[in-house]
This record gives sequence, C-alpha cells and structure tokens, in this order.
Amino acid sequence: MLDISDLHVSVDNTEVLHDINLHIGPGETHILMGPNGSGKSTLLKSIMGFDAYTITSGSITFKGKDLTDMPINERAHLGIGMMFQQPPAVSGLKLGKLLAATSHRGEDAIEALAQSVNMEHFLSRDVNVGFSGGELKRSEVLQLKVQQPDFLMLDEPESGVDLENMSLMGKEIAGLLEKDVRIVNRRKSGLIITHTGYILDYLNADQGHVMINGQIRCHGNPREILRVVKEKGYGECLRCKQI
Amino acid sequence: MKQIPEKDRERLALTGLEVEMHNRCGSFFQIDQNVIQTTCGAEDVEMLPIKAALEKYDWLKDHYWKAVPKDKDKYTQYVAKQEPQGLVVIAQPGAKVAMPIQACLFLREEPVQHVHNIFIAKEGAEIHIISGCASSWQKKQGAHIGVTEIYVGKGARVTSTMIHNWNPGISVFPRSATIVEEDGTFLSNYICMQPVRQVNMYPTAHLIGKNAVARFSSIAVATPGSLLDLGSRAILGAEHTSAELITRAITTGGTVISRGHIRGERDNTRGHIECKGLILKDGVIHAIPEIEGTLTGTELSHEAAVGKIARHEIEYLMARGLSEEEATATIIRGFLDVKISGLPAVLQAHIDAVIDKAESGF
Repeated sequence: MLDISDLHVSVDNTEVLHDINLHIGPGETHILMGPNGSGKSTLLKSIMGFDAYTITSGSITFKGKDLTDMPINERAHLGIGMMFQQPPAVSGLKLGKLLAATSHRGEDAIEALAQSVNMEHFLSRDVNVGFSGGELKRSEVLQLKVQQPDFLMLDEPESGVDLENMSLMGKEIAGLLEKDVRIVNRRKSGLIITHTGYILDYLNADQGHVMINGQIRCHGNPREILRVVKEKGYGECLRCKQI
Repeated sequence: MKQIPEKDRERLALTGLEVEMHNRCGSFFQIDQNVIQTTCGAEDVEMLPIKAALEKYDWLKDHYWKAVPKDKDKYTQYVAKQEPQGLVVIAQPGAKVAMPIQACLFLREEPVQHVHNIFIAKEGAEIHIISGCASSWQKKQGAHIGVTEIYVGKGARVTSTMIHNWNPGISVFPRSATIVEEDGTFLSNYICMQPVRQVNMYPTAHLIGKNAVARFSSIAVATPGSLLDLGSRAILGAEHTSAELITRAITTGGTVISRGHIRGERDNTRGHIECKGLILKDGVIHAIPEIEGTLTGTELSHEAAVGKIARHEIEYLMARGLSEEEATATIIRGFLDVKISGLPAVLQAHIDAVIDKAESGF
C-alpha cells in the first residue's frame, strides 16, 4: 500500500530524514518509536505532503502512485488520513460544517458518528477552539471516522488523553484500522507514532520501527521493541544498527 | 421601490435592502435628496422624514445636533447648512420590534448626498435598524455625508447595522454618535466589503448611565484603491459601563486604518479593543488602538494582530480533503465571522449572506 524507498527529506535546506525505507502492506499496522526530535512527525508530514518538507531524493508511492508532486488534498482523496498531534484551531469554522464539506454524508450520519465519540455537542463549535486535550483527540478521531482513510497516520494518539478517553480512543482507532475484520479481509493500514505504547493495549501492531536522528535504526516486533526501550532506553537501538 | 432598474436593485439587495419587505417592520428610502418612501408597520414605532418630524414634535430639537455637534468638522457644517433630509425613528417606551427597520440611502445622480438621521429608543424600547447605503452602478463619482444621532433610553436596546456598497469613485463621510442611558445597550455593526474610494468615520458612544453597554463590530475589506479610515470610540462616563470594539479587516490591495479609543473615566468600568487584520495581497492594515484610563477603577485592554493566513491551518483542511482554494476561502470566511451576541437571527442570517456573497469574490 505504502512504499517509501531511499527517502531523503529537507526542511529549510537542512536534511532531517536520511535514507528511509519503509513498506506497509494492506491490512498492516506499524508502530514508529524514537526519542523526541528524531524525525517521526517529519516522516508523517512528508507522507501527507506538507509544504515545509522537501523530498530531495528517493520516493514515496501509495497505491502505486508517486506522491512526490501531489497536493495534500489529492493524497487525502487517494486514501491517506492523519491524526494531528497538535491540530490548529480554526476560528469561525464550525466542526459540523467542516465534516459536511469533507464528505458526502448527510447531517444524520455525521450526527451519529459524532455521538459515537461523544462529540455531538461540538458540531456547532469552532474547530478545535478551546478544546481540551481529550476533546482535541476525539475531534481528530471523528474527522477520520468521517473521512475513512485506507491508510491512517496517528501522531501520538495517547498524548494529553486521560484514562477514560484513552479507552474510547483505543477502541475507535482499532475500528478505523478494521481490527474487527478477519485478517484476510482487512485492508486498512496504519502507521502510529507512540512513546508509551499504551495504544498496543487496544490493538495489535504487525511491525515496529525505531527512528533515531532521522534514520530508521531497528525493525522488529513492536512489543519487543517497546520492552527493550523501556528497559534499556534508545541506546540499545543505536547499538543495534539494523539499517 | 419597484421602479428601480434591476441592476441597481441587485446592488441594493447587497446592502440588506428587502425590496419586498420580507422580515422588515418598516422601510425608509431616500434617493439622492428625495424621500421616496417611509412606512412602518409597528404601532409604537414611528418613522418619518426629519423635516416632518421636526415640525411635528417640538421636543425633537433637544435631540437635533445634540449627540453630534454641528461644528464638529466641515462635513457636519455642510450638512447643517442644507435643508434637513433623512429619517427619524421614534420607538415609544417599551416598544419591542424584533424585525428590523430598513433605511436605504441611494446615491444616483447628484454629486453629494447628505442625510441626517435621528433614532430614538425610549425607556425599555428595543429596535433594530439596517442602514443600507449604495450608489447606482452607473455612478462614477460622488460623496455621501451622513449624520446619525442615536439616543438609547433607560433600559433600551438599539442595534444599528450599516452595510455599504459603493463604487470606486465614491467618498463617504458618516458622522455619528450615540448617547446611552442607564441599563441601555447599543450594538453597532458595520460592513464594507465592496470597492469605494474612501470611507472616513469615527462614531462615538457616550455611555452616560450606569450599566450602559456599547459594542461596535466592523468588517472591512479594502480592495485596490480603497481607503477605509474606520474607528470607533466609547466613553465610559458612568459606573459599571462597558464597551467592546471589534474589527476584522482584510486588504486585497487597499488600505484599512482601524482606529479605536476607549476612555474609562468612572469606577467599575471595563473596555476591550480587538482588531485582527488579514493581508491577502500587499496592501496596508494599520491598527491604532487607544485605551485611556483616568482612575484606578477602570480596566481596559486591547489586542491587535495583522498577518497572512496561517499555512498550517490551510494544510490541516487540505489533509481533510479540501483544495487549497477551498481551504483558503473557508478560513477567510471564518475570520470574518464575528460573533455578535444579542443579534436577532434574521439579522445575523442577513450579515452572513452579505459576507458569503462578497467572500466568493476573493
């Protein structure tokens, strides 16, 4: 589904991602870990196509299409969706209006989706304006439930979320990734950035990767990587050097 | 009103004029210096041309050139020298009219249109006035000088919404002032999103009674060649009065000067000025907020920001599937969405429609 090969990305003429290779097949969920500032969010934003991130060499292909020069909205239409870690507030734009503008769903369908994540009272509020940490995440999940992307990128879905919301978020994200669908029929894929690994309590991931200083250093079983990082820190991954 | 050519009727519709009078309680229509129509359906609200009003009510002279001084500047002096023309609205004590009164001032042939309006809401009365000012599509040059005096009585509430739709050669000089008594509320909304040569105004609200409130909201778009010198001022002249001055300014090549002044001169007074400017194409947005406190019991603040649309907001909406143009238009529309509390739904819907129509032109 997603193929990244020999990818180099620069921000303000400084290379921040070096020689990234990543393959995510249909139905697969991958976990991306790594210290703060290692380039994890940069990778997600490069896949989404944000202006500030310039691909200097290598390629990103999705469903067989080269994304390099594709505008963000066309990537979204192709099936890429992203949960932002710090989504901007858009004053004057009602959440309900945004959801209506980005889908062909009727008002009732949107209302029902909003209720499923306890966001029905937020449809008439400005997008993300004055939302708490948990509300921001639920707003993001709601937008993705409306969008139904085939490939879902989640940038630290646990951050700023209390325990009660975490359970809701975990279940909803599992639903978005079709974890309830038999593995042979599962088509939705995901790439999840996590520091704590709490999300793994709600869904199984197929592969884990560790990024350090703009390079993917290790690949492996996500739970094993999490255990090693918890016990020994990222230094162990530096030593592992399985590029 | 139906004798107006189609093309001009469209221009008038953009200012909020309801030719068919749907959702309007009364209507006043002045073309150049001629009053074409004055009607009012509500019982305890009277609308009449100023000349007739001055003849009919002797007491009106106490409200004539009282809020706005005759010799304020050359424009008021000019109007004072002319035969008075304009609209007087008198809302009797307790009169409550949910539907707006519309006053339409249309500049068609004469070089200068002058008008002198007086709006009086007596104790406990509640009225909404939409002043739509426009010029004929054929009108290349001209000037409009409008004096408006508004008196908000004890516990009364007046909403005055002014929508401008001029031409690139027209200069406009509104001169208005409001006196708000105890527990009175004055809401002023101003919208100018069409090309004009120059608009120059600095309306003042004098809050002279306890608990009086004034709120000015302005939405201004300066197209290339337009100079919008806009201000609003509130004098907190009694205890527990408060004022809020809110401006959203956009330039697509013209100049907006956004002035604001709040003077707190009594205890337990509060005032806030907020000006946000969006530069879509190189032009000027110049915010000049002034807050002036004269004693310890007043609390005044201001915030102003001028800049371009935040790139990360556009990208956020694009990640949800909107094109860059759609995302930009959506953000601009949101920027202009000033929340005006206490506005009747019909008026808010109307303001929204005016913004929507103009916004599609960016």
